[in-house]
Amino acid sequence: MKMTRLAATLAATMIAAGPALADTLHFPNLSYRTGPFAAGGIAFADGYADYFTLINERDGGIGGVPIRYSECETAYNTERGVECYQSIRNDSPLVLQPLSTGITYQLIPRTMEDGIPMHTMGYGRTSALNGEVFNWTFNYPANYWDGASVIINYLLSENDNSLEGKKIALLYHNSAYGREPIPTLTTLSERYGFELVTIGVDSPGQEQGSQWLQIRRERPDYVVMWGWGVMNPTAIQEAANIRFPMENFIGVWWSGSQQDVRPVGAAAHGYKALAMHGTGTDYPIYEDLRRYVIEPGKFAGTGDEVGSVLYSRGMYAAMLAVEAAKKAQEIHGVAVITPAMMRDGMANLEITEELMAELGLPDFGPAFSVSCQNHGGSGAAMIQQWDANANEWNLITDWIEPDRELIMQMAMEDSLSFATENNMTPACLN
Amino acid sequence: MPDTLLFAMEATLNGLTAGVMYALVALGFVLIFKASGIFNFAQGVMALFAALTLVGLQSGQIPFSHLINAAFGTRVHHFGWNMPTFLAIPATVLVMIGLAVLVERFILKHLVNQEPIILFMATIGLAYFLEGVGDIMWGAEVKALDVGLPKGMSDTVDTLTYNWFGYGFYIDRLELWAAGIAAILVASLTVFSQYTKQGRALRAVADDHQAALSVGISLRFIWVLTWSIAGIVALVAGIMWGSKSGVQFSLSLIALKALPVLILGGFTSIPGAIVGGLIIGVGEKLFDFFMSPIIGGATENWFAYMLALVFLLFRPQGLFGERIIERV
Repeated sequence: MKMTRLAATLAATMIAAGPALADTLHFPNLSYRTGPFAAGGIAFADGYADYFTLINERDGGIGGVPIRYSECETAYNTERGVECYQSIRNDSPLVLQPLSTGITYQLIPRTMEDGIPMHTMGYGRTSALNGEVFNWTFNYPANYWDGASVIINYLLSENDNSLEGKKIALLYHNSAYGREPIPTLTTLSERYGFELVTIGVDSPGQEQGSQWLQIRRERPDYVVMWGWGVMNPTAIQEAANIRFPMENFIGVWWSGSQQDVRPVGAAAHGYKALAMHGTGTDYPIYEDLRRYVIEPGKFAGTGDEVGSVLYSRGMYAAMLAVEAAKKAQEIHGVAVITPAMMRDGMANLEITEELMAELGLPDFGPAFSVSCQNHGGSGAAMIQQWDANANEWNLITDWIEPDRELIMQMAMEDSLSFATENNMTPACLN
Repeated sequence: MPDTLLFAMEATLNGLTAGVMYALVALGFVLIFKASGIFNFAQGVMALFAALTLVGLQSGQIPFSHLINAAFGTRVHHFGWNMPTFLAIPATVLVMIGLAVLVERFILKHLVNQEPIILFMATIGLAYFLEGVGDIMWGAEVKALDVGLPKGMSDTVDTLTYNWFGYGFYIDRLELWAAGIAAILVASLTVFSQYTKQGRALRAVADDHQAALSVGISLRFIWVLTWSIAGIVALVAGIMWGSKSGVQFSLSLIALKALPVLILGGFTSIPGAIVGGLIIGVGEKLFDFFMSPIIGGATENWFAYMLALVFLLFRPQGLFGERIIERV
């Protein structure tokens, strides 16, 4: 009798919940709030979640349809990431944020088969910017190769447009992620005549004694870092230990958050990193975030990451997802969109300076538009520098454009070889 | 003197100091294994937990504040005061002793006479539990740890070697301090085990559980004592590694560095942990120096295990481990 009642209650609950779930827009996040890289994962996930909460609380959702946000914990582990994907793939996920290059590589063929769009902002497979091959993967506004090119363009501007005879060391996380910039930097070293020295660091990277002894011996003019997690503060500390000039040490955007410099203290002063977006709370959107999310206590996590670099990145990713969903609603004339419609929205996304200002994020990110041939946006990034005295990152350049001609050429080669390996005929979906 | 030789000498010196850092972690494993035959998988997490507690106490952080805030809608994070290091370290030692009591009461007591693999599995559970508790108690953000230890290049070594060889060697002052602290730690452990009643009881239990019990030594007390000492060693390792790269959850992975050290030095020998650490440290630095230009670097993680494997083939009990003799 008891079992019958329980079954009836469950059935009633499911029937009642059915339409409610169907009339929502599901934005899952393959987050990592645990494990060795949790410190970075938490900040991103909080920013991502808080923006969706803001849209629900302030606007009642997107086009009147509430957002359903969910998280699946991957611990930055590729196998767990794939398990998460399997658990949400039938729950109408509008766009996936795998938050790991390893997971991205695993999910690219699966999402192609299942018709689920994936956004890998500033990470993942760089050649996914060719939308004719990677129809379901988007990596706007910038990718690793853009990052490598922006760093070299910045160094060119610092050296009277010549890097001839200079030596640049790449200190990289010995993983799919860390190895991504090597082809670009190798090509650029041939073009601009600098010597490239590549130095790998095994994960997680808290032991870098040998690497920095090598850097001390090699005496490079600049060190470029592709690090993540504990590798970043350890490298910055080691650089300070060997008295490497901090202003000649530049990290990618995943090596440029507060978590990377604060543990090092004053010695991190002057360290530089790429910035693919603005940071801090000096944007009008924070007034709304305070009013609708933070003060009512509806924030994700503990609320102490608000305004940090990685929180800003999560918020920016959510903002781009919401704008793509709006575009999808506009294209298809319906409020409740499917993953396939969301893909169309992403493929036709246009971010202008006016739109950014309207959203309360003036000059926060670059203006760009997405097309079938270019899933990667503009690729522009800025350089930020850490001020240990003021405990803040300062932007020291305007947007720097990458060498997109070269990157598109490399992306075409890589993506077409992927298409050949998988017996695909490159074509636009719409 | 040729540059290659000078660089190799510098790598060797750095390998020795790095080896001490590995030995600090390995010591905790040895202490528990020697006294109770348990391979404590949680030793790395204990180092993390100790370092988290120390930073939390130093900064006056309220433990479990996130949980309290979520449950009661409050917004408390800090007590509003900072605890000086000289008070925070003893307070952390007390926490680690408290942890040892809890481990004995809730885990070990119930697993007396169980197979070593069962006890090992229990420590795996403890590692995950402690990692979760540490996260809830102190938060997952990266924390800077400063107990006043000097960091950065030693000018003395740089000047001395420059005067001798015309090339100044780099050595991190923190690692020099670690070497000194490890020496004091080993000397203290030796004095404790040789000249105190509790130390002798600990050695008796390590030699023969049954015989020790028959002369009235309390096994439960010895376990608490051993886990407390291992907790203090974990705190020292946590301080040294946390000062190097901040206190964050990957600190627990330093345990992985201790395994090849233990295989090399033996699971039951304190001098073995030190010598094993030094061999691994020097070996991996020299291997990286000579082989990195050929194979592209990032050799440190796997080389230590490869070296340990070679040792296993010739001396399975390690350099200083007890020889396993089984009569049939």
